[in-house]
Amino acid sequence: MEHYISLFLRAVFVENMALAFFLGMCTFIAISKKVETAIGLGIAVVVVQAITVPANNLIYTYLLKSGALAWAGLPEVDLSFLGLLSYIGVIAAIVQILEMLLDKYVPSLYNALGVFLPLITVNCAIMGGTLFMVERDYTAAESVVYGFGSGISWALAIMLLAGIREKLKYSDVPQGLQGLGITFITIGLMSLGFMSFSGVQL
Amino acid sequence: MSQATVKEVLFNPIFNNNPIGLQILGICSALAVTSNLKTALVMSIALTLVTAFSSMFISMIRSQIPSSIRMIVQMVIIASLVIVVDQVLKAYAFALSKQLSVFVGLIITNCIVMGRAEAFAMQNPPVLSFFDGIGNGLGYSAMLIALGIVRELFGAGKLMGYTILPVINDGGWYLPNGLLLLPPSAFFLIGLFIWALRSWKREQVESPSYRMAPQVSSKEAY
Repeated sequence: MEHYISLFLRAVFVENMALAFFLGMCTFIAISKKVETAIGLGIAVVVVQAITVPANNLIYTYLLKSGALAWAGLPEVDLSFLGLLSYIGVIAAIVQILEMLLDKYVPSLYNALGVFLPLITVNCAIMGGTLFMVERDYTAAESVVYGFGSGISWALAIMLLAGIREKLKYSDVPQGLQGLGITFITIGLMSLGFMSFSGVQL
Repeated sequence: MSQATVKEVLFNPIFNNNPIGLQILGICSALAVTSNLKTALVMSIALTLVTAFSSMFISMIRSQIPSSIRMIVQMVIIASLVIVVDQVLKAYAFALSKQLSVFVGLIITNCIVMGRAEAFAMQNPPVLSFFDGIGNGLGYSAMLIALGIVRELFGAGKLMGYTILPVINDGGWYLPNGLLLLPPSAFFLIGLFIWALRSWKREQVESPSYRMAPQVSSKEAY
């Protein structure tokens, strides 16, 4: 149990998807103007991440890894080069299902997220989570914890940024730096702050 | 958009509509691979090729794709192209592909590729989409190479591995700025680049969402 808690905490703080690995930046910057939309998107990412990482873990262990097809009588087959294609297929399918569900049941959130809902598919945080899971050889249980934790880490970061940006709009920013420029500099400072977690050993 | 010419779609993204500077696309890899110029260059070439060809192929079959599963179809095309790039890199530049590791795979999820497919290739003919892909790739490359040059030159005193500014540790005179090798510096640099770009191209400046009331001078206040 202790192992899973430390894995979770590490995924959330030390290896924060957005601020330590800089994944999922496009949506991170574009959707962080208001706290409410940031929370909506954050929840969507947590849900997608918590489903896709374990799903891809199962696919990797039972279909793609070299020797994984032994149960089908094909012990020499190594399909790991198909990894990228199958992970992204799973992610795209889950996002598409989520899009349909939101359109039907929560139209306000659907409209608020707009073009960025399809872009969750290309949110590098989701794909990055899967690739890290493969690289680190997580077991099925670990991948559930890691998927959930990394989703939370991204959601946490975008909510923090949205909070800062809501206050920031009242400040007197130089003209050319208005909007995108100052956001980059804010994120730079935030990630410097989060770098201090990197020394924590769990 | 329908009457866009080849020249427009090829050169507009470089300064007028830069994918990183204005469209906020494809930033993740811009941060991670730009700590030296060589990886930045390889990444730029790989991304430009993938964007161009994926836009072309998606545009070719755009009228056959049912809109409810369009993302999956687009992803499959993009992922196949990235696998090709990945295998080519592994075969001919193994050391480099080790350095880029996860980030070649992450070209799939680079928003520029998907964003252009969704926003441009789904409405435009193949040739135009191809050049739109090249143009956006070039816009991305311009930003990436600029970042790579600044970070490697001032962070390590080198360019492409050749010493330009001899650093103090090797008996030279230049004290390298270690912060530039850390990822957060890329944020500051992109912020500053955007500032420079917008001081030059005034029309890109975003209007502030809240304007302060002008100060009332102390005499009028009384």
